[in-house]
Amino acid sequence: MAKVTIDGIEIEVPDGTSILNAARMIGGDVVPPAMCYYSTLKETGGKCRVCLVKVTQGSAKDPRPMPKLVASCRTNVMDGMVVQNITSPEVLEARKGVVEFLLINHPLDCPICDQAGECDLQNLAYEHGAAKTRYEEDRRTFEKIDIGDKIKLHMNRCILCYRCTFVADQLTNNRVHGVLNRGDHSEISTYIEKAVDNDFSGNMIDVCPVGALTDKTFRFKQRVWFTNPMDAHRDCPKCSGKVVLWMKGEEVLRVTARKDQYAEVKEYICNECRYDHKDITHWKVEGPRHIDRGSVISQNHYERIDLQKLKKEVERQLEFQKGKPLPEPNSLNA
Amino acid sequence: MARKLLLQHENVPGINTFEVYRKNGGYASVEKALKSMTPDEVMEEVKKSGLRGRGGAGFPAGMKWSFLDRKSEKPRYLVCNADESEPGTFKDRYLMEKIPHLLIEGMITSSYSLGANTSYIYVRGEYMYVISILEKAIEEAYAAGFLGKNILGTSYSLDLYVQPGGGAYICGEETALLESLEGKRGNPRLKPPFPAIAGLYASPTVVNNVETIAAVVPIVNQGGDEYAKIGVGKSTGTKLISASGHINKPGVYEIELGLPVEEFIYSEEYCGGIWKGRKMKAVVAGGSSVPILPTDLILKTAKGEQRLMTYESLSDGGFVSGTMLGSGGFIVLDETACIVQHLHTFARFYHHESCGQCSPCREGTGWMEKVIHRIEHGHGHQGDIDLLVDVAKKIEGNTICPLGDAAAWPVASAIRHFREEFEYHIKYPEKVKNPKHFELEPFVSEKSLVTA
Repeated sequence: MAKVTIDGIEIEVPDGTSILNAARMIGGDVVPPAMCYYSTLKETGGKCRVCLVKVTQGSAKDPRPMPKLVASCRTNVMDGMVVQNITSPEVLEARKGVVEFLLINHPLDCPICDQAGECDLQNLAYEHGAAKTRYEEDRRTFEKIDIGDKIKLHMNRCILCYRCTFVADQLTNNRVHGVLNRGDHSEISTYIEKAVDNDFSGNMIDVCPVGALTDKTFRFKQRVWFTNPMDAHRDCPKCSGKVVLWMKGEEVLRVTARKDQYAEVKEYICNECRYDHKDITHWKVEGPRHIDRGSVISQNHYERIDLQKLKKEVERQLEFQKGKPLPEPNSLNA
Repeated sequence: MARKLLLQHENVPGINTFEVYRKNGGYASVEKALKSMTPDEVMEEVKKSGLRGRGGAGFPAGMKWSFLDRKSEKPRYLVCNADESEPGTFKDRYLMEKIPHLLIEGMITSSYSLGANTSYIYVRGEYMYVISILEKAIEEAYAAGFLGKNILGTSYSLDLYVQPGGGAYICGEETALLESLEGKRGNPRLKPPFPAIAGLYASPTVVNNVETIAAVVPIVNQGGDEYAKIGVGKSTGTKLISASGHINKPGVYEIELGLPVEEFIYSEEYCGGIWKGRKMKAVVAGGSSVPILPTDLILKTAKGEQRLMTYESLSDGGFVSGTMLGSGGFIVLDETACIVQHLHTFARFYHHESCGQCSPCREGTGWMEKVIHRIEHGHGHQGDIDLLVDVAKKIEGNTICPLGDAAAWPVASAIRHFREEFEYHIKYPEKVKNPKHFELEPFVSEKSLVTA
């Protein structure tokens, strides 16, 4: 076990835990964002640099601070380590810089992007991005291509997190796509178009943090916040069969795997569940999917409201407001 | 005349062949090491010599060797980094082209010390003709019994291979080099684990520069203590410097570390002064990645001491008024050179060579290049200079490998020392439209005009 302090909060975690996962055990605001790390894919992380944190004390044995900011997703905790995330202005400044870098060549076409509303980059930019860009040149562009019969690739939107290549490496038996070229001309592509046809290839869509890989059977059908997500399952010989159905009325528009609070899939699903069973009668519906209140998708959710819980929340808010002075009215003398 | 340890026999006719090299005392270190020393004794000599990595970082070579995981059951590897692609650096090419057997001799002695039975020389793809020179030399060494099974009748065996790279600067970064050598895309790995623990094929590996490995030969021949007598302080031995730019005699020179910078530039033995009788404006002392320094700071440190060609003296003053010895790519710019144009060349290079794995470097290098391009061609506007400083600051230290730092430092230092030139470009866009603008009308600081 190792004792680690993140933003002043102490926690004991097993040896070999990354700083990011230790922060996730604490939860809340101290969790660094992650765009390329994916807990269920091995060797992901370290690339996007949004999870950079400052280590002010290496360990109890060697208390020297680390000279540079480190990627929290790939740096393991040591006993006695002290980490600063949101309490370090240096970290926030670096993170703002990384978000700016991720956005300078991103098309910002959210109004026509299917990922809008459930996009990690959108959330990240909302929290750390600047309102205006300092980039004046033309953005880099690519042609849209079909990398499989059901997957469309918008390379313009890609942030090169490499997650989809890890899916192909670890979930399917042969990878037919990868990264071509280098620098800011790098692109995800297949050598031969439409080559991706593996039975688990659809998970590439789920792990994509942005709208670069989208489901061709769902494209432009509906804004995601107008759909109702429902947990459902079926007996599937290939996968766990646990999915989320994204419904409009009685119609199943899209089937995805279930993502946790960090938008990560724990149990991957097969292409048959994803594409071939868009019929409510094929599924055993468990109930509404819990959607985080911060998400735009929650505006349409219809989870049963727990009145007791709501009452408590209102009371807590009232208690909190009680001692607060009202804002001073503007003086007219000025 | 300064002592020469590496290029001693550079002008002997036929030194690239085995017979001539052997007649001039070649392969003596292999005989000495294999027949009279244990591998650890060889490493001790290298440690005593104080030899520092000649590829750029200047990390003590003996210490790097001692980090090698010797408890591991896996085979050990020695990899020679001959992916020399830093703009302004061409010393390894010269060494391999002229005296290929020196590198091979160093590889055998070093591999023996490290206990490696398979070693590789990773040569950049653009050096195709060097690869054939090396392969011919290796063939000769095999024929003479210095490579292969039971070298010189001892129980030690070594196989040496030459691997051409695909032509990427990033593959000079040691972990990217190992990825490339394994046949993968040359992306740098995240460290730890370091190559000494898990390098090539996840086995303990040492990666050394060509010059470092070649320097092992004189160290073993004459002893580490003797080698350490050359030089100043922690900068021991001799160093190959690739001098280029606006000097009378560009080329590769072997210097004893501790030579004053002024002597190196102006003496007839080395660079021979600035060409066409012009004045010197700036020097990039260690290859494109290191900070550029103006004349007054390269000849003397901020404290007024004479600057020497050593790791310590050149970095005196840190990033504010110092630079680094780096890989020894010594680029001199005369008074007609445009710093912005020069910086654009470097920025374009780093943009082209970024591997694209991590975001700050992938996006930032391209951005910096575009902004510098804009300024250089007379389209810059107020705020661009501060933007550049800010972008460079956000790349520096936030990337996986040092390429991000290498791209940011020249930009930051050029603006720190030559901000007025950038302002001039923005103020007088018409004057800089001609690419030869400072050749036609040398830049004069407006501040000095006022005081004159």
